[in-house]
Amino acid sequence: MTVDDRFEQDLMETVRDRVIDPRSAIITGPVSDWATDFSHAEPEWAADPYLIQDELRERCPIAHTERFGGGWLPTRYEDVAAIAYDTDRFSSRAIIMSNVRPPLELAPVGGVPPISSDPPFHHDARKLLLPAFTKTEVAKQEQATRAFCHALIDELQGQPVIDAARDYAQHIPMRVIADMLGFPPEDGPQFREFVEHALEGVNAPPEERVPRIQKLFDYLLTQIRDHVDNPRDDLTTYLINIELYGQKLAPTHVAGTMSLLLIAGIDTTWSAIGASLWHLAKTPADRERLVAEPGLLPTAIEELLRAYAPVTMARLVKADMHWNGVDMKADDWILLSFPAANRDPAQFDRAGEVVIDREINRHAAFGLGIHRCAGSHLARMELRIALEVWLERFPDFSLADPAAVTWATGQVRGPRTLPLRIG
Amino acid sequence: MKVKINAERCQGHGRCYDLAPGLFGDDEEGYGQVLGDGVVPPGEEQTARLILANCPERAIEIL
Ligand code: HEM
Repeated sequence: MTVDDRFEQDLMETVRDRVIDPRSAIITGPVSDWATDFSHAEPEWAADPYLIQDELRERCPIAHTERFGGGWLPTRYEDVAAIAYDTDRFSSRAIIMSNVRPPLELAPVGGVPPISSDPPFHHDARKLLLPAFTKTEVAKQEQATRAFCHALIDELQGQPVIDAARDYAQHIPMRVIADMLGFPPEDGPQFREFVEHALEGVNAPPEERVPRIQKLFDYLLTQIRDHVDNPRDDLTTYLINIELYGQKLAPTHVAGTMSLLLIAGIDTTWSAIGASLWHLAKTPADRERLVAEPGLLPTAIEELLRAYAPVTMARLVKADMHWNGVDMKADDWILLSFPAANRDPAQFDRAGEVVIDREINRHAAFGLGIHRCAGSHLARMELRIALEVWLERFPDFSLADPAAVTWATGQVRGPRTLPLRIG
Repeated sequence: MKVKINAERCQGHGRCYDLAPGLFGDDEEGYGQVLGDGVVPPGEEQTARLILANCPERAIEIL
């Protein structure tokens, strides 16, 4: 047997230029006009992106910005869907709108396959992941997830006010993904740091980004090396051993996919659980109805995913073109707002309202087309169990201090501080 | 009434097998599959229409 020496080198050497070289000037500060100067990294956006997007949908409907080196924000469902489906003209080479555009040569693989991959490579990289994430497969984790949610609540019981984002929501996806990847469960707090840096640090200068990314890759390499020495039945060992086109994966592919699962798996679901609890805390009628009719929960979850879709993606325009009335340039960003699509009145009746028993709900919270969230079945399971257990243990709760609620800025939106009064 | 999945469009969201586990199932990669011959049992027509209206990819066809 030959020794697997793919993971001896520091991966930072390889990834350095892809992730840290800013190609556009960093512009921050208040937005002058959302139609011509939008930014998803400003506090007004974090506080309420819906008002901004609803207004743009009526007025534009595709907004522009010079920030981040230039980008566009479509706000109609129809435009968001068309871009998600058009992988010929819009690339996923980068999916976080920042001042860094990874080099063209990185396509079609990208830094974090398959989310950063374009056809035809995308299909093959995605196929490797799908079997572990089917509804049937994730159902096997339901019992452990339920027990974990109860254990979290056992710890919190008796406190009059609980921060449901910090002390409940965030821990659930952290534990689930740590188990799947085979990482030590006590490493959770480090994951939070990785997530915040990857998704919220879009305007940070290179001297801050380098050590952050180095830290994430160092962590992943330590885990990978440990799995090379002690293989076990988890996703890390699977990714180390799996073959694509008759060869084991490049070390950057293994680490890239692991970082994707870690980051996409945590922040998104934490946000969805938090936003759902926030809605129920401020809407007693919906909360009481779900307590009385637990069977309605799956329907309600789809509506909460529609109304508070946590994930916005990005694309890069491949070549100069005139598209739906605007002149796009090669390497312009598209901020692909599934949340905006989900509130388009042309697609949904009462689009701006939460209708907890909405039966017809063709929402796009998990994306559309070839990049459909590979973790959607896992996320739905986590969300259902997290809410079921919370409602069972704390049927009566409300916002302790609405002004104290804080929301993450950037492309994944959910409450980060959520003080709830119990009883 | 009969249901069919357009495999070209299906991306494995799973709304069909979530909402009508009697009519649809998932394959080993999570894509939707019609169970049996796809004939909708009498009384289930409304469910079939609901599935059609909920598929994000518009991959369900009713024949
Ligand atoms: C409520 C929670 C979640 C939401 C709203 C969400 C949303 C999304 C969206 C919108 C995409 C499409 C990206 C694009 O079009 O570029 C996506 C992709 C992806 N998500 Fe999720 N996600 C969630 C949870 C998860 C979880 C728990 C995991 C796994 C641990 C995960 C793993 C992935 C992966 C691997 C992709 C890339 C799929 C591909 O490119 O083929 N997600 N997610």
